[in-house]
Amino acid sequence: MSILHTVNKSPFDRNSLESCVRLAAKGGAVLMIEDGVYGAMKGTSKSDMVSNAMKDLTFYVLGPDLKARGVDEGKLIDGVKVVDYSGFVNLTVENDKVQNWL
Amino acid sequence: MSETKKLMYVNRKAPYGTIYAWESLEVVLIGAAFEQDVSVAFVDDGVYQLCKDQDTTGLGIKNFSATYKALGDYDVNKLYIEKESLEARGLTLDDLMPLVYEDEDDDWAEKDSIKVVSSQEMAELFEQSDVLFNF
Amino acid sequence: MKLSIQVNEGPYNHEASVSALNYTKAALEAGHEIFRVFFYHDGVNNGTRYTTPPQDDINIANSWSELADKHGLDLVVCVAAAQRRGIVDEGEQERNGKDGNNIAPGFRISGLGQLIEAGIQSERLVVFGD
Repeated sequence: MSILHTVNKSPFDRNSLESCVRLAAKGGAVLMIEDGVYGAMKGTSKSDMVSNAMKDLTFYVLGPDLKARGVDEGKLIDGVKVVDYSGFVNLTVENDKVQNWL
Repeated sequence: MSETKKLMYVNRKAPYGTIYAWESLEVVLIGAAFEQDVSVAFVDDGVYQLCKDQDTTGLGIKNFSATYKALGDYDVNKLYIEKESLEARGLTLDDLMPLVYEDEDDDWAEKDSIKVVSSQEMAELFEQSDVLFNF
Repeated sequence: MKLSIQVNEGPYNHEASVSALNYTKAALEAGHEIFRVFFYHDGVNNGTRYTTPPQDDINIANSWSELADKHGLDLVVCVAAAQRRGIVDEGEQERNGKDGNNIAPGFRISGLGQLIEAGIQSERLVVFGD
C-alpha cells in the first residue's frame, strides 16, 4: 500500500507540507504542485525537513508549475524528481490512493 | 454498489473562517446513506471544528457545530483526532464537544465516538482507507 | 484506470481549476477513463457560461465544456454549493423562481451523492482545491 500525497501550498505560508511529512506513511510519494513547488527548493528553512523525509518518502515536483514561477531545476533539493502532468497521472496510478493536503 | 469501501474524510480546516468545514460535514452526512465503512479524521486546524461552546449569534451566520452531535445517529462513529494537532493548539479533550453513539452490538450502550490517536496511528488509518476525501 | 476528479475552487482566483483541467487532459491522453469531475465549494463557479475573461486569457469554463463535448465527460456541479453561489440550470431556475440560468454546456447540477459515488466507483479520486 502506498499513497500519493499532493501539496499545493508554499511551506512559508501554510503548514501543509509539514503535516504531509508528519502524517505520510513510509513508502509514499509526495508531489508538490502549484505554490507547493517552493517547498522543493534547496537552501531554504524548509529544505532540511524535505531532505530528512527522503529516507521514507519520494519527492516529486510538477515541472509546469516550477517553470511558471521561474524556478530553475538547478535550485531543487537533490533527489527531488521533476514530472509533467502525464507524470502526475502516472503517479496517481502507481500509488494505491491519493491524499491531497489542501 | 454492493462492495463496501473504507471511506475516510480528512478535515484540516477551522470552522467559520472558510466554508470548507461546513460543506465537508455536509458530504459526511450525505455519504452516510451509502452504507460504507466511514471514518472522519480531524488534523491541524480541523480539530477546532469540534470545540465546544461555539456561538455564532454575533456573526449572524449558521452555527453548525450541533450537527456533529447528530453524526452518531447516522452511524458515523469513528472520529479520529490527531493528538499532536490537539496539543499543538493547547487543547485537550475537555475543550471539545462530547460526541457519542449508541452501540447496537452492545445493547445500545452509549460510547464515545471520538478517539485521540498519534500521528503514527493516523498515518496507518490513512493507509488502511480505500478512499480519502480531503477538505 | 477509472479516475474521478474533485474541483473545490473557482476559476481565476485559484490555480486549482487550471491544475484540474491540465490533469484531466493528461489522464485522457494516457487513455484513462474519467468517471466524473465533481465541482464543489467555490468550484461550482467553473460551471457558468457567462464567464467572459479578456481575449488573451484562458476561458476555463469553455475549456471544460469543450473537453466534456470531445470526451463525453460527466461534469457535475454540487446542487447545494451551486444554490449558495448562484449557479443555476433550467430545473433550478424553475424550482427557485429565478429569472434566468447560467449553467455552461456539458455541466449538470446534481447532489453530493454524486461525489460519494465517484469516490466509491472510481479507482482513484484526485482533489484540487485551496
